[in-house]
This record gives sequence, structure tokens and C-alpha cells, in this order.
Amino acid sequence: MARFLIKRIFSATLTLFAVSVLTFLMFFALPRDPVTGMCPKNCNPERLERVREELGLNDPLVAQYAGYMKGIFTGRDLGSAQGGHCDAPCLGWSYVTNEAVSDTIARVLPVTLSIVIPAAVLWLLLGVGLGMVSALRRGTWLDRLAIGFSLTGASLQLYFVGAVLLLVFVYNLRLLPVPSYTSIFDNPLKWASGLVLAWVALAFLFSAIYARLSRAQMLETLSEDFVRTARAKGLAKPKVYGRHALRAAITPVVTIAGLDVGGALGGTVITETTFGIQGLGRTAVDAVRAGDLPTIMATVLIAAVFVVLANMLVDLLYAAIDPRVRLR
Amino acid sequence: MGRSESVPSGRPDRPAVPEQRSGEDPYLRVRDLRVRFDTEDGVVRAVDGVSFAVERGRTLGIVGESGSGKSVTSLAVLGLHNPKRATITGEIFVGGRQLVGLPEEEVRRLRGRDMAMIFQDPLSALHPYYTVGKQIAEAYRVHHPRAGKREARQRAVDMLGRVGIPQPARRFDQYPHEFSGGMRQRAMIAMALVNDPDLLIADEPTTALDVTVQAQILDLLADLQAEFHSAIIMITHDLGVVSQVADDVLVMYGGRAVEHGSVEQVLRRPQHPYTWGLLSSVPSLHGDADADLVPIRGNPPSLINLPSGCAFHPRCRYADRNGDRSRTEVPELRPAGEDGHQVACHLAAEERTRLYREEVAQVGVAR
Repeated sequence: MARFLIKRIFSATLTLFAVSVLTFLMFFALPRDPVTGMCPKNCNPERLERVREELGLNDPLVAQYAGYMKGIFTGRDLGSAQGGHCDAPCLGWSYVTNEAVSDTIARVLPVTLSIVIPAAVLWLLLGVGLGMVSALRRGTWLDRLAIGFSLTGASLQLYFVGAVLLLVFVYNLRLLPVPSYTSIFDNPLKWASGLVLAWVALAFLFSAIYARLSRAQMLETLSEDFVRTARAKGLAKPKVYGRHALRAAITPVVTIAGLDVGGALGGTVITETTFGIQGLGRTAVDAVRAGDLPTIMATVLIAAVFVVLANMLVDLLYAAIDPRVRLR
Repeated sequence: MGRSESVPSGRPDRPAVPEQRSGEDPYLRVRDLRVRFDTEDGVVRAVDGVSFAVERGRTLGIVGESGSGKSVTSLAVLGLHNPKRATITGEIFVGGRQLVGLPEEEVRRLRGRDMAMIFQDPLSALHPYYTVGKQIAEAYRVHHPRAGKREARQRAVDMLGRVGIPQPARRFDQYPHEFSGGMRQRAMIAMALVNDPDLLIADEPTTALDVTVQAQILDLLADLQAEFHSAIIMITHDLGVVSQVADDVLVMYGGRAVEHGSVEQVLRRPQHPYTWGLLSSVPSLHGDADADLVPIRGNPPSLINLPSGCAFHPRCRYADRNGDRSRTEVPELRPAGEDGHQVACHLAAEERTRLYREEVAQVGVAR
């Protein structure tokens, strides 16, 4: 177990290192001067040159990368125009937003977490629940309804579902306020009412996949010999399904869920855009558009951290569910 | 049952029945059992009018190729078919109670307590995520709702020891994949016997095991039967297993019984050409080592589209000796001379005896 963790942390570090190098290189490989995007209107050559110097863009690439990485671990001194000393973890200064990138992240990360985590809980409960019910009631109208639901969900797009939800619940029925983000610690009710449409839209689309997956898994598990053994022992159906079949059927769902949640935490661009909420995803897209290197680096790295963590968690969960899996 | 309270007992609610005497009603009696599945391709008559009985302390071997209906029969006895897909008619009396038509909940109460099953492949039949001991204890607690965890554990450890698993207390906490094949089947047997069932159905319990382990498992079953005095159905395609453990034999073909009698009658004086074929395709230790094995020509029939008349006629060497009868008329299971011996064949009794003596026994495979 400890050995597994050490190995995984080591390989995670390598992954993140590779991601950061690649992002850095790709940014500079783009055929555009990074500074033009960072300089406000009425730029003149002198000013551009000053920004370039302050950002260290005249240094060799390796030195720039080393400076950036050093900032993350120990903090670094930036020019006075960039807020002076920047404490670890220093993610640099953005000329586009005129603030420390760590401040931007601290502002938008809770937004994405607030969208993704409740939505994931919803879509897992709904998807797995639907899948189980339709597997156990295979061939009935309930099953067909669930299949129809998941087909609908799988073929719709978030911006459409989101727009319909907005139209109905916000603009026609006026049941909900225009979506916005409020911290859960300030006002939990406002937090929920401002984000619930985003949760529902995400959960609807994702649960479609989970319903199909868990239905198929459950049907396969129900034909397993050990389920027949459980029945031959005289166990009642709720125990046969709940204890013996569900646990085996859920394993692949856990894998997919881990990857989906990990990916979604890196930013839900379409959701955030549809509902006009500034989270990690929109921040990343804005940064790419503006050529805002420090923010691009930060958002990409954070997304990578989530994916790596999710993978590790999936492996741990797998070992917890299936005793045949050994972590080493 | 006269056991002290502290020792977990098999079945607290079983009435004190005096020692079974022979001649009493058999524990299991199946009469005219039919199991039908409606599929998209047509109706599958998996079992089509089968009758047999097993007394306590005796073993019935059910023999046949795959698709002959032997496993379907046993699953019907346990009530494990999906009622939505299988139509079951006929009579299944277990301990005097008719199970066909009984509500699922009542059959469930009998399952695992009065009748239990051992499956073919213990690796897939045991749940991979739960410890062996937990699965056995669970089987005990279903039918002993008042038993505590410790009592169930003690009972499971006792059973593991009883079926010859060394260090049962340690083995209790291991998972099925940590057991060897033979040990797994022993654990499976321990699970089936944890509630002292009166009827035990073993569906090819040794097929997945290697030969030396096979013999151990069969010996174990025989010992346990002597101890628990249960009725056993041994489903197999292995005539060697049948001759070793069975008292009676039922030979099935295409969902029907084609021969039924004591092991002595069916294996030594077989009456049905299909049984002859089965015997001729088994190597014998006593026969001529150079003698060729004679396979039964053709393939087992499709249950959706059974041959008309005698289902065996396309593969039978003697089908043309009755004019068209083999093709047009389904042979009934009739007494074949000796007491209790029955056969479903259109051949006249004298002709069967002559054919067997002159053509089949000659090959040197009949034991």
C-alpha cells in the first residue's frame, strides 16, 4: 500500500512535469508574440519591450521554465509592475487580468468545484439507480422509459439543454434566479439556487451514459454463477441484488466515474459558458484566447493534477472493492 | 435435536423425525416434470415429462449429454428458473410439499435449508469479492435469523473443518481466489451443507477438477451422505462417476428420460441404444486396451426442433428395425423386464437383449 502510493506519487510527478514542459513549449511554438496580448491598448514598441523584459521573455526558454517552476515551490520576486514578491505557490502574474494568477485560481476554482461535485453526486445516483432498475425490470415499460431517457440524454448537447432549462425555469416560470456563483459559506441557499440548473443539465447528460453502462453491467452480473449461488442459498432478492450483484456490477462504473469527475474538475467550459458562470474552464479558454501564458500554465496544470488524482483514487477504490486487485 | 444450546446446530426448527426407514415416501418425488422456454426462435422443451424419486440416504445419477435437460431439471427442483421465461408444469414434491406453483417466497425458505446445490465451477460460483467464510456464514444466517455473527462464524469454521479444509479458522478469512480448485469445491460443499439439507443436488461437481481431486471430492460427498443421511442427485456426463456414487441412474436424452433403473441395471444390463452408445464411448480399465472407443454418431438434437418420434432415431443404428415407428411415435418409458428398470425404446425386449449381447457387449466395453 505504502509502496503503491510512493510509486504513484512519483509517476504523477513525472506526468505533471511532462505536462508543464509541453504546455510551455506549445505556447512558445505558437506563431504569435505572447506580449501583444498582454499589453493593453495603445501599445508602443518601448512599452512592449519593457513588458517583455519584465516577464523575462528575453531569457532563454529553459531559464524561463526554471523560474516558473521555482516560483511554484519557493516563491519568486517579480517586477514591481507584477505585484513585487510572489509567495509560493507562485503561479505568476497575468498582464491580461492584472492580478496574481494564484488569486484568479483561488476565485474560480471553488466555482468549478461547486458545479462539478454536486452534479457528479446527482448523475451517479440517477444514472446508476436508473441502470439498476431497468436491468432488474428488463423488458418492462420502466426499462423502456429508462432506455429512452438515456438515449435522449446521450444525443442532446449541453448548450441546448442548458438554454431550455434557463428559458423555462428562469425566464418563463421565474422559479430560479439567473445563474450565478455565491460561496456556499456565505449563503448556502443562494449557492444552490444559483447553480442548480448547471447541476441538472450536467447530471442529465452524464447520467444517460451511466444508466446505459450500469444497466449493461448489471445484466451481465445477473447471469453470473455467483448470483445463482446466492439465490440457491435462499437469500431474498434484495440481498441477492444489493449485496451480491451490485458490488460486482459497480466496479467498471467506478472507473469511468473517476475519469469523468477528474476531467470535469479541470473545467466545464460549455456549462460555465452556457450559464454565464466564470469557473476554471472559462478562465482557461479566456487565457488561451488572450495568450495569457501564466494563466494557461496554471489552468492546464490544475486540470492535470485533477486527472492524475482521479486515476489514483480509482485504483484505490478498485482495490477496496475487489480483493483480487493488489496494489503494488 | 438434543444438542446443547452453545453449539450451533444445523436446523433448530426441524421436527424430530425418527430414523428414516426404507419403504417410506421418498424425500424427493418428481412426476411428469415439464420445463418450457418461450424464445424468439421458438419453444424450447428443455424437460419434457420426466419422473423420478430419491430417498434419503440414496443417490440418483442423472446422465446425459449437454442439452439433455439434466441441469434444467435440477434448477427446476430448486425453483431457480425465471418464472417470466420458464413455464414449469408437473409435480415436484420435496419432503411432502409440492413446489410447482408454490409462491417464490416459500420456495426461497426451503432453498439452502431443505435442499441445496453444488455447482460445477466453484471459482465462478463463489463470489469473488467476499471471503469464503463470510459466504458460508451468510448461508447459515439466512435460515437462522436469530443466530449472531459469532455463532454463524463458528458454524462456518466447523463446516470448513468437516469437509477437510486444514486450518479452517484461518481459511475462513480468505477469498475464493486464494483457494485451490479442490479446496474451493470443498468450501462450496461446506456452504451447501451448512444447514443440514435433506436434499443435495450436485451439478457436475467434479468436472472442473483434476482427476485425483475428483476422487477425493466424491469420497467426501459419500462420507457426508453417510453422516447427514441426505438424498443426493448427482448430475454428470461421466459414467465413471455414476458407477462410483449412484444407487439409481436416470439417462436423459432431448429432455426426456430414456432409461431409468438401479446402477446395476443401467450400467450392466443397459437396454437403450443411447445408453449403449454412452458406455461404448467410455474407456474401460478392464477391457482390451487396444479396443477402439466407439463414439455415438451425429450430434445432440436441437431442443427447439426435436426429431419426430423417438428423438434418438437419427443417431440410432437400429432405428429402421421398426418400420416407421421410430420416426412417427414417441416411445413411452416402460418397464423393461426387471424390477424398476424402465426404458423408452421401440425395440422388442428380446431383440434388445440379443442386440446388446451380440453387437454391443462384444466390443468389450461393457463392464
